[in-house]
Amino acid sequence: MGVNISEDFEGVVAALEGDIDHHTARDMRELIDSYVSKVAPKMLKIDFGKIQFMDSSGIGLIMGRYKLMCSLKGELKVINIPKRIEKMVKLSGLTKLGIFNYCSKTT
Amino acid sequence: MNNIINEMSVNFLSKSCNESFARTVVAAFVSQMDPTIDEISDIKTAVSEAVTNSIVHAYKSGIGVIYISAKMYDNGKVIIKIRDKGCGIEDVEQAMQPLFTTGGSDRSGLGFAVMQSFMDKIKVSSKVGKGTSVTLERHIICRSRANGC
Repeated sequence: MGVNISEDFEGVVAALEGDIDHHTARDMRELIDSYVSKVAPKMLKIDFGKIQFMDSSGIGLIMGRYKLMCSLKGELKVINIPKRIEKMVKLSGLTKLGIFNYCSKTT
Repeated sequence: MNNIINEMSVNFLSKSCNESFARTVVAAFVSQMDPTIDEISDIKTAVSEAVTNSIVHAYKSGIGVIYISAKMYDNGKVIIKIRDKGCGIEDVEQAMQPLFTTGGSDRSGLGFAVMQSFMDKIKVSSKVGKGTSVTLERHIICRSRANGC
């Protein structure tokens, strides 16, 4: 469970694992923000592929990182959204930002 | 009137590490009704939202006790109540508006909207200074006789 941060040719990739709730989101946020504010990348990709469960704290996590990347004049992408958390993402209304990439082909 | 076939209750401190405990224990109880993965996931999410509200808002200035009780009925209905003795909500209608939050920039303001759309029914009653009680209702589709439905 946690955050695995790496860099690729586009910028920073934060791969999340386990459950996202208000408790775990705090550590994830701190780890991502401290790395991103040091590197100030043009692109931050958050990989949700290994997320088993997410409540609305995950949406808060995305919103906060979106604002952070805007303030750095960079871009945020949320990748590998598993089917099991698509419902939450759709409910949030954030889909119109066009930053999401899904695992399933149907969406 | 439908009959109760099982019930449980659990109390725990409003520490954020108990959020996963709370949704897991409710999921374990409801799993007796042979729900689908989606039904369990919806219930876990709604419980997580309600418990987080109690931790973040109701007991924002300290630690208190959160009370959960759940009842299952012979018609496949499950009713889960999440209660706290925290500060209460002044304006419940406003608190339930999507995106409304008093919780700062990393709170999405979606807690009640999630509970509303992931469950069949939700009832919120609150008294300032006394606490809040959230009642969540969900019908588990009957797929086998094994769960007694």
